[in-house]
Amino acid sequence: MKTNNLIVNDNGVPRELKKRREKFRLNRKVFSYPYMLFLLVFVVLPLVMILVNAFLVDGQLSLGNFVDFFTQKTSLQVLGNSLLVGLVTTLLCLIIGYPVALILSKMDSGKILVLFFVLPMWVNFLIRTLATKTIFESLGVSMGMGTVVFGMVYNYLPFMILPLHTTLSNIDKSYAEAAKDLGADEVNCFLKTTLPLSVPGIISGITMVFIPTISTYAISELLSERTIKLFGDSISLKFNNDGAWGVGSVMSIIMLILVIVSNVLINKFSDGSTSNKGRNIW
Amino acid sequence: MAKVLKESDNGANILQIKNVSKTFEDGKKAVKNISLNIKKGEFVTLLGPSGCGKTTTLRMIAGFEMPDDDGGQILFNGEDITRMPPHKRALNTVFQRYALFPHLNVFKNVAFGLKMKFIPDGEKTDKKGNVVQKFRKYTKEEIEEKVNKSLKMVDLEDYGHRNVNSLSGGQMQRVAIARALVNEPEILLLDEPLGALDLKMRKDMQIELMQMHKKLGITFIYVTHDQEEALTMSDKIVVMRGGVIQQIATPKKIYDEPANAFVADFIGESNIYSGVMKKDFCVEVLGKEVECVDKGFKRNEPIDVIIRPEDVEILDKEDKKALYTAEVTGVVFKGDHFQITAETIAEERNEILIHCNLNDVKEGDIVGLYVKPFDFHIMHKNRIINEIKTKMIEPNLVEICGGEFPCNCDLEADTPVKVKIDFDDVIVTDDEEDGIIGGRVITSIYKGSYYQCIIRTDMGYDFFVDTDDDWLKDDRVGITVAPEKIIIEKDEEVVESNEN
Repeated sequence: MKTNNLIVNDNGVPRELKKRREKFRLNRKVFSYPYMLFLLVFVVLPLVMILVNAFLVDGQLSLGNFVDFFTQKTSLQVLGNSLLVGLVTTLLCLIIGYPVALILSKMDSGKILVLFFVLPMWVNFLIRTLATKTIFESLGVSMGMGTVVFGMVYNYLPFMILPLHTTLSNIDKSYAEAAKDLGADEVNCFLKTTLPLSVPGIISGITMVFIPTISTYAISELLSERTIKLFGDSISLKFNNDGAWGVGSVMSIIMLILVIVSNVLINKFSDGSTSNKGRNIW
Repeated sequence: MAKVLKESDNGANILQIKNVSKTFEDGKKAVKNISLNIKKGEFVTLLGPSGCGKTTTLRMIAGFEMPDDDGGQILFNGEDITRMPPHKRALNTVFQRYALFPHLNVFKNVAFGLKMKFIPDGEKTDKKGNVVQKFRKYTKEEIEEKVNKSLKMVDLEDYGHRNVNSLSGGQMQRVAIARALVNEPEILLLDEPLGALDLKMRKDMQIELMQMHKKLGITFIYVTHDQEEALTMSDKIVVMRGGVIQQIATPKKIYDEPANAFVADFIGESNIYSGVMKKDFCVEVLGKEVECVDKGFKRNEPIDVIIRPEDVEILDKEDKKALYTAEVTGVVFKGDHFQITAETIAEERNEILIHCNLNDVKEGDIVGLYVKPFDFHIMHKNRIINEIKTKMIEPNLVEICGGEFPCNCDLEADTPVKVKIDFDDVIVTDDEEDGIIGGRVITSIYKGSYYQCIIRTDMGYDFFVDTDDDWLKDDRVGITVAPEKIIIEKDEEVVESNEN
C-alpha cells in the first residue's frame, strides 16, 4: 500500500504538492511560535526596557539612578519595610496555616473544607481588600502596620494552606504508625515523622507567600491610609506620579534580584531536605 | 459456622485473643468474634485471601485498630492490652511496604525506637520516702552498639549511612526487620513482609526469617495470603475467611486434614467432591462406594471428600486394584512432576487433577485410578441447604433478604416462616437487575462436575449455590428462585416465643 502511494507521488503531478507540503509541515515547533512572540513582546522587551532605563539619566549612560536610590533614606526604609512585612506575613501564615492544614488532612471531609479556605481567592483581591478596609473603618480600628499585616495574611493564607494540605495528605499513614509502633507518643510521632516529612510543603508554602508579599501592591496602601509604603507601591509611585522612570527601573531590578535570590535560597534548602515531591505540584 | 480449636489456657500463652470483633465505621464487619492463643516462641501465620480479616487482626494486636467494645479482649502475658495505645505495647511490626522513614538514613531508621525508649536506671527515694524507679535514655554509644549489632544480623553492617531510598526491595525489607528487632520485642508482627519481593528473593527471605526466628526465640505472628509461604515457615497456621477463623492447626494437619472445603481449596491444589457417607469406613464418591478411614458420621450423611492430586495413583485400566476408570484429557509438564487432568468414566463424568511422575501417559488414554483409603479426606458439609428465617408478605409472596419472592404457599401475611432452598435450585443471573435480589460472589469452588459458590446478599446472608458456571469472585450477580422450589415451613419457634 505504502510503496504504491510513493510511486504515484513520484510520477509527475503530485511532486509539486509534495514539496509544498514539506514547506508548510506542522511540527511541534510551530505551536510554540505564538507563545515565543508573546514572550518576546511582553516579557523580554519590557525587561530590556527596564534595564536600559535603569542606566539612562537624561539620555546618557550613567549609574546616577542607582546612586539616587541607595542614598535616599526613604527608599531603603521602604525596602526594609517590605522585607519585614514579608517575613512577618509568611511566619503568621505558617503558624496559622500549618495546624489548619494538619487538621484538614486528617479529616475525611478535609478536601471539601479546603475549598472554603480557597473560596475567597475567587473574589478579586482589590474588592476583598476594600471590604476589609471598610470593616476596619466601621469598627474604628486605626490603620497602620497591624492592619496591613492582617490584610496580607488574609490574602495569602490560602497559598500556604494549599501546598501544606497537599503534602500532609500525601504522607503515607504507615510512617506515623511505624513511629508509634517503635514507641513514639503522639507528640514525638509528629515531631519525628510528620513535621520533617512535610518540609517540602512548608517550603512551597513559604515560596508562595513570601515572594508575592514583598512585591505586592495596593494592599498596604489601602489598609494603611497611604501611611505605609511597601516596595511594590513605591515602584508604582515612581512611575505614575514622579515620572522617575530611571529610579523606578532600578527598584524593579532590585525587586527582581530579591525574588531570584530568595527562590535560589529556598530551592537550595529544599534540595537539602529529603525530597521535593510536594514542590512539583506547585 | 466454623469450628474454633479450643486450647487449654496454660501459662505459656504469650498472647490470647478472646472473642474479639471489629466493625469498621462504614459498618463492614472485618473480624467476627475470633479467639486465638499464641504460645511463647511460636511462629504463627494468619492465612487467608484478601479481605479475610487477617491484617485487621494483626493491626488490633499492634494497637492500630481498636476492637469493638463488646467484651472482646487481647491479653499479652496475661495483661489486658485491648485499649492500650500502640507505643506502649512491647511488640514491633514489620510493615507491608516497610514504612521506612524516608527522611532518615538506615542507621537513624534503626535507631528510632531506641531513641524513644526509657530504660530503668536504678531506684531512688523521693522526698516522701517512697522508692521510685528512675529512668534514663540510652546513651549514644549504647544505641550505636545495638544498631550495629542488629544491622549485622540482617547482613547490612556497612549500610548505616545509606539513604533508604537508595536501597533495593530486599535491603529495605532487612532494614525494616532490623528496625523492629533492635527494640527486642517479645512478639514480632509481620504484615505480608515478602509481598513486594520477587520470587527468588522471597524464597531466600523465607529461610532467613525462619533462621532468625529460631535464633532469637521470640514469637512471630506472620500475615500472608501465600499458602506455600505459610506451610513452609509456620509452627501453627490460622486460616481465616470472611473475618472468621476456619481452622487452627500445624501446617501438616492443615494440609492433610483440612477442616472444610474452603481450607482444602485454599491450601494447595485439591479435588473436592460431594459424597455420601454410607456407613463407618465406607463413602460413596464419584459414583462408587469406596473404603475410607473415617467414622462417626451419620448414615447417608452428605459430606465433602477431598483428594489431593499427588495421592491419586495411575494404574493400567485392567488393574484389579483400580477404583475408577478415567480418560486423560490433558498432560502438562511442571518441572518436577506431570499434572494430569482426567475425567472419570461413570454415570456422571467428574474432572480429577493428578500429579504423577509417569511420562508415558498421553491425552486420550483410558487409565485406572487408585486412592488409598487414608487419602480420602472426609469433611462435614458447612451446610446442606440454604435456610432463612423470615416472614410472609402476603399469601404466595415471601420476603427473602429484602426481596419479594413468589412462592406456592398460602400462609397469611406476616406469618413467621422458615424458607429452605436447595443449592442447585438457586438461579444466578449475570445481570444483577435480572435477579430478585442482588449479591456478591464470595467464593467459587470446583467440585469435579459443578461449581459451589457462596453469594453474599446485601443483607449479609450467604447463599450456597451449585452452578455449572464459574462465577468470578467479587462479581455482582442477581439471584432468583423458581416459586415451586421454595420450601416454606411455618416457624414454630417464633410463634412459641411470642406466646411466652
